[in-house]
Amino acid sequence: MINHLPILQVVIPLLVAPLCVLFRSPRLVWSIAALTCWIILVIAGVLLHEVLSNGVISYEIGGWAAPWGIEYRLDEANTLVLLIVSGIAAVVTSYARLSVEHEIAEDTIPLFYSAWMLCITGLLGITATGDAFNVFVFLEISSLSTYAMIAMGKDRRALTASFQYLVMGTIGATFILIGIGLMYMMTGTLNMADLAQRLPAVSDTRTIRAAAAFLTVGLSLKIALLPLHLWLPNAYAYAPSAATALLAATATKVALYVALRFMFTVQGVDFTFGQMRLDLILLPLSVVALLAMSMVAIFQTNVKRLLAYSSVAQIGYMTLGISMASATGLTGSILHIFNHALMKGGLFLALGAIMYRVGSVELDKLAGIAKRMPWTMAAFVAGGLSLIGVPTSVGFISKWYLILAALEKGWWPVVMLIVFTSLLAVIYIWRVIEVAYFHAATDENSGIKEAPLSLLLPTWLLIGASYYFGIDSSLSTSTAKLAVLRLWGGGL
Amino acid sequence: MITAQTAILLAITIPLLAGVLIALTGKHPNLREAVTLLASLALLLTVSSLLPAVLNGQQPILNWIEMLPGLSIRFQVEPLGMMFASVAALLWPVNSLYSIGYMRGNNEKNQTRFYICFAIAIASVMGIAFAGNLLTLFIFYEALTLSTYPLVTHSGSENAMKSGRVYLGILISTSIALLLVAIIWTWQVTGSTEFTPGGLLNGKLQGPAVGIMLLLYMYGIGKAALMPIHRWLPAAMVAPTPVSALLHAVAVVKAGVFTVVKVIVYIFGLDLLRSESSAQWLLYAAAFTIIVASVIALRQDNLKRRLAYSTVSQLAYVVLATAILAPLSVAAAALHIVAHAFGKITLFFAAGSIYTASGKTMVSQLNGIGYRMPWTMGAFAIGSLSMIGVPPAAGFISKWYLLLGAVDAQQWFAIGIIIISTLLNAAYFIPIIYAAFFKTSDAANTHGESPLPMVIALLITACLTLLMFLFPQIPLALAQQLAGVGA
Amino acid sequence: MDLLGLYNYWIVILLMMAGFYIVISCGNLVKKIIGLNIFQTSVFILFISMGKVSGGTAPILAEGITRFSNPLPHVLILTAIVVGVATTSLGLAIVVRIHETYNTVNEDEIHQQDEDAE
Repeated sequence: MINHLPILQVVIPLLVAPLCVLFRSPRLVWSIAALTCWIILVIAGVLLHEVLSNGVISYEIGGWAAPWGIEYRLDEANTLVLLIVSGIAAVVTSYARLSVEHEIAEDTIPLFYSAWMLCITGLLGITATGDAFNVFVFLEISSLSTYAMIAMGKDRRALTASFQYLVMGTIGATFILIGIGLMYMMTGTLNMADLAQRLPAVSDTRTIRAAAAFLTVGLSLKIALLPLHLWLPNAYAYAPSAATALLAATATKVALYVALRFMFTVQGVDFTFGQMRLDLILLPLSVVALLAMSMVAIFQTNVKRLLAYSSVAQIGYMTLGISMASATGLTGSILHIFNHALMKGGLFLALGAIMYRVGSVELDKLAGIAKRMPWTMAAFVAGGLSLIGVPTSVGFISKWYLILAALEKGWWPVVMLIVFTSLLAVIYIWRVIEVAYFHAATDENSGIKEAPLSLLLPTWLLIGASYYFGIDSSLSTSTAKLAVLRLWGGGL
Repeated sequence: MITAQTAILLAITIPLLAGVLIALTGKHPNLREAVTLLASLALLLTVSSLLPAVLNGQQPILNWIEMLPGLSIRFQVEPLGMMFASVAALLWPVNSLYSIGYMRGNNEKNQTRFYICFAIAIASVMGIAFAGNLLTLFIFYEALTLSTYPLVTHSGSENAMKSGRVYLGILISTSIALLLVAIIWTWQVTGSTEFTPGGLLNGKLQGPAVGIMLLLYMYGIGKAALMPIHRWLPAAMVAPTPVSALLHAVAVVKAGVFTVVKVIVYIFGLDLLRSESSAQWLLYAAAFTIIVASVIALRQDNLKRRLAYSTVSQLAYVVLATAILAPLSVAAAALHIVAHAFGKITLFFAAGSIYTASGKTMVSQLNGIGYRMPWTMGAFAIGSLSMIGVPPAAGFISKWYLLLGAVDAQQWFAIGIIIISTLLNAAYFIPIIYAAFFKTSDAANTHGESPLPMVIALLITACLTLLMFLFPQIPLALAQQLAGVGA
Repeated sequence: MDLLGLYNYWIVILLMMAGFYIVISCGNLVKKIIGLNIFQTSVFILFISMGKVSGGTAPILAEGITRFSNPLPHVLILTAIVVGVATTSLGLAIVVRIHETYNTVNEDEIHQQDEDAE
């Protein structure tokens, strides 16, 4: 049994997805989904423990040996991502019941959970697999279910947002497919470890360079790296609150993991940063993403959109760390993947609780809300402080590593950029805080009560985690460092 | 007797615990206030229990969680931190007494929130005072900023929010944009952030980089209010007077200059700064702040704003004293932190007392008020003397050492600045006292003294100002220990 | 000669660009989906043509057969086709919902309606 955990991790949610459609009762469906997510969280925990103590796990599906069969390959890097995805999934699913009942018509709730489980399947599959084509398939599974979830949003603009994402997402996925195809053409293998072995021999060809370019563009779209982020703000703003929290905390992170895997393990540092000079492309894009998107976030009136733009900016931190092409920078990136998942997840959950009580997350509707929903807003403030990077929060840990990496390189302008964008975060977070705490409550808001416990607890669980790992970062930092060693391969 | 380690932990947890208890007892004001008073007394006992050991030259250490690999949250009680913690712990009970009178006398809203934030701020101050490395100091430094923000915006008015923005904007942006970078840079250069006698950076950093690092630190520590980043301090004066008194005359601003002294003594080391020409600018920046802030104070009619600018100038004294880089002047800096705290809190208490009793906020309205509020104005006079640096007030002692240090280091420029600023100090304080006691009051004044708790509180701090002049042994001993570290 | 010999790639690129152009330029959402389909199909052709070995037969192991085409790309593309079909159906379903809500499938008109509503 324990030998099959890598595949069970992915198959269990996949099997639960059709079950969700079979059972009609929303409560029952939710219970099954939540239970499943906690089970996979346990599996992810066990797997991480296994990997940390016994090294890489290789699982051959159906007993077909790699490189011909499909291999699931778990090392420090992707097991950490597995833990993030299943952890966030468990918490957000526990949270989802009331929020989903409130925002989605009753007869479509089972369908929503079905898409939900498929999305989680896809994300876990992308992470666990060691096969390049498998990545594409799981990517599409998670994307398609995501489009469906977004389209279920209450606002009618959810439909156009979903459509826009569908078009852009499909183009991105097709680009990834082209990249994988070209690599297969030159090497005759799809297994990532095998690819990594065979690529250096042919890396100096136009085909492989084109393959890397297609892959990078396609993945950038999924990561929402500027300027391919256009789908994200609307998708996050109009999707059901629970779905936004799940996506914001996991989807872009998983795509980023795939990018890391291809850049560092498959293509290798020499090719990616030596030949292709990807750092020269990533650096300016990250800088612009950080500056422009933080500025845009300041002027948003819908708080969900505000946080969505903030997400695009924060992705800039992650790619910034990659563009430094140094161990410390990459550690910062991986840490920020983990840390940002915690804090953004918590923030979107807090917004979901506000949505549940207020029915809107427009800034002017939130006047004086802190008096009515003190715990929810306290969670928002705590998450916001983490986004700013106040010490003892996880945001501080990420920033510490990123600034350290920039200092190691002697990149003073980048150091200034990192701190400057933290200050922009202060502005956009404080706009919300001022309205919620210091503006007089409107008449509509006078009857509002604190959010129910089933929404508050998961929210605080994520916020609490984002402070726990900020005060005692030994687990996350040590795993991130191991992951960096693993991704880098022999080069370090 | 509790161990020193427990005492350090208690010093931080007692105020935090008090915050929780205050939140729980918020519905019963009397109980709530009792919690504040009891906690403040408990804290005073805890902190004073550490004093004998430190006077004997011990430095208790407490290592807590390892936050980043190789970088723990760490506490170490050294002489300067002991002084700062003692002052804050000594003044918290007095201030609580005063707060109760003030908040009730003025029927302020949200009093529970006020006391909670106040307690958290005190806990942060203890954390800053006992911090054993830069990381720990930075954590509590930011906590102090965040916990005092709701105190500044207490009234919730448009004006308070605007000031809150200035307050938070300047303090957060300087600390994240400059101080954090400086800390990480220090970590990158030395692989440590610990406060090291003789200077952590000494021998690790040379040339213009030292000047830049000093720039990052000095302007990163926004709470020290070096011009031009002093604007948050006058802005913070919209807060209720007890906040201005304890936090913006004692805790917050002293946390700033305390950090300045600590960074210069333990991170740079006096030797390193003396040998680097790129680090000389600090003396002039401090001198500039002293003079300009005094001139601005001269022109303020609002009493609290005048006090605020006086604070800006007095803080720069501490920076100036440190920047002279002589052991004696470092001792003077430490003494001035204490002396100014006692004096300035008295002045703020008096200002709040005037406001509560008469509703007056302007200097020009104070004609003849000395006859109606003799105790308040008497205390005000003592505080003023301390600011000017005249015996028998505590300010004289620190100024004496400051001059000694400057003569020692042959810093004639600094001596000139001190003399000019003393004259300026006199010029903006003496007229107030003169008007209060020697001008005839306007007709319609019928008020008397303010509520008793406030009068008691301000008399206590006035007495402390005098006592420190008469019995300066303990602060002197600690300051000399610190000077020994510097030398 | 080389250029003509690579005719399969020319077709792929032609189809790809045609599809991409439709996605970008057409305001009609249904046409966008069709364009997307053509775009995906071009990649399928890329894969399939990649598997062809000149002179090779179908990959059935029988006596006397030594050259045969690589079956793996074909199998992969079967999966990709399924994905494509799912994408198309989901896209069309969303278009149907959009039509129900906005009464139009034209992008500009939809934006106009959203702006008017604000």
